[in-house]
Amino acid sequence: MSYSLRCKVIVGGKATGSILVTKQPINFLSSVDHLTGMITDKNHELCGEFVKDHVLVFPYAVGSSVGAYSIFALKSNGVSPSGIICTSRTDITTASGCAIANIPLLELCGDQDIPEIQNYNEAIVDGISGILQIKKV
Amino acid sequence: MFVHLTREEEDALDEKHGQALSIAYKILLSIGKATNAERLIPVDWVHLSGVNYNTIGDAGVKFLTKNSEEMRFLVPTTINPMGYDSHKQNNLSNNFKRQQMEIVKAYEKMGSVPSFSCIPYELFQLPDRGHNVSFAESNAAVMANSVFGLHTNKESSLSALASAVTGKAPYSDLRIRSIRDPKIKIKIETELNTELDYGILGYFSGKSIKESCVSFGPEISNIDIYKTKSLAAALGTSGVCGMFSNKEINGNNVSFGKEEEKSVMDELNTTESGDVIALGSPQLGTHELELLSNMVDGKKFSKKCMIFCPRSLYEKASNSGIAQRLENAGGSLICDACTCLSPLLTHEEYDGVITNSVKAAHYLNKSSGVSVCLTDLRSIIRKYTR
Repeated sequence: MSYSLRCKVIVGGKATGSILVTKQPINFLSSVDHLTGMITDKNHELCGEFVKDHVLVFPYAVGSSVGAYSIFALKSNGVSPSGIICTSRTDITTASGCAIANIPLLELCGDQDIPEIQNYNEAIVDGISGILQIKKV
Repeated sequence: MFVHLTREEEDALDEKHGQALSIAYKILLSIGKATNAERLIPVDWVHLSGVNYNTIGDAGVKFLTKNSEEMRFLVPTTINPMGYDSHKQNNLSNNFKRQQMEIVKAYEKMGSVPSFSCIPYELFQLPDRGHNVSFAESNAAVMANSVFGLHTNKESSLSALASAVTGKAPYSDLRIRSIRDPKIKIKIETELNTELDYGILGYFSGKSIKESCVSFGPEISNIDIYKTKSLAAALGTSGVCGMFSNKEINGNNVSFGKEEEKSVMDELNTTESGDVIALGSPQLGTHELELLSNMVDGKKFSKKCMIFCPRSLYEKASNSGIAQRLENAGGSLICDACTCLSPLLTHEEYDGVITNSVKAAHYLNKSSGVSVCLTDLRSIIRKYTR
């Protein structure tokens, strides 16, 4: 089972990875451990999960603006997501963080049928054509 | 959906004027795309976050040190607090101090004003209302938009850095007049008395709405600077909202009553007491230092008390005797730093921190792993001074 979704390209590039998806916003500064890439906020549904090498799918980031360096830190420490998808609106913290960390970042276009992404487990992020392919394998 | 760049901007993006300028434009372009900006516009003043080593870490140090070789600030650029007060004794590690100084040096090299403050709006002359600035400190961005009529988005440390280097920012979101009209209102259904009450309101609101501008109605028109800062800082901490307004609107309402208040307290008030009092997130301004000094005059704190304020206001407070009154009461005035994410407040050293700042409570609980006793200032003075 596979599904292709149109996206707006915020930061170009290509990535693949298993999907880590949440409907809750993420605070990169206070809720993600920079050294390990683990989500540490006990109130977050992804608490205890590692973002490393995943295609991380979430609505948008919240919290302090220095969260942008947190994304850069995750990349520098080798524990960053391989690609990021914002499902609602891309916030500037995530956009600028991905720009300097060279992490492909797409935003789902809202004018299309979007299936429940948690039913899929693999993603191919194409930040050139703006297509996100999600697969169940 | 395309950001229109001028020929000159395209050239800079294509590394025709060096790699550092290209990185700055890449940052602006990604943000421009994310926020559907049609073009870039000039800004008059930039305020940077990402100064504290505790927040940006080694990756930030690396990025700044490398780019400071080439990057130079084109517009006046002030900077946020760092981790500690270098004029005071501390037991921080040499590594922390060394890395912190690398950051300070990098910003200095790029041309920043060494303000080390999260309340630049209380320290410097503001541009006229309607002018564009780029403020990365979230409380300063909310204050600039809501109180001082300046136009800024809630910038990230990097978007503001890119604006400092290029003198430009994407024309989007709160820089567009129509978006500065609130489309949603928080209906206040409980009595708000203390600065903490306003902080709780701000925190709840930021969490509850997705809009960039929120109305609290005319009820909040005449609140003092302490309450306003508390509201702005908490609003900027918990969500994406970057502006509040007192305009009355018809339509979308979200209720804020006793139950909502309690939900915020349940989340952030995590201990009954603490072994240190921390005041100042945002840093205290002249009005608050004076208020506090009057409250503690002739009394003594029964616990250690850290009071965070900008150095220039500390010097002013020293000249007027306010600082001495606070110090006589046992308060320690700390400059260039702030409660949030300061290495001076760790769970190794403290079981609990007593504060009236909702913003500080958020970061102490969630980032520093320190329990917080969240109490309003009057109650802190009543309980912890003799």
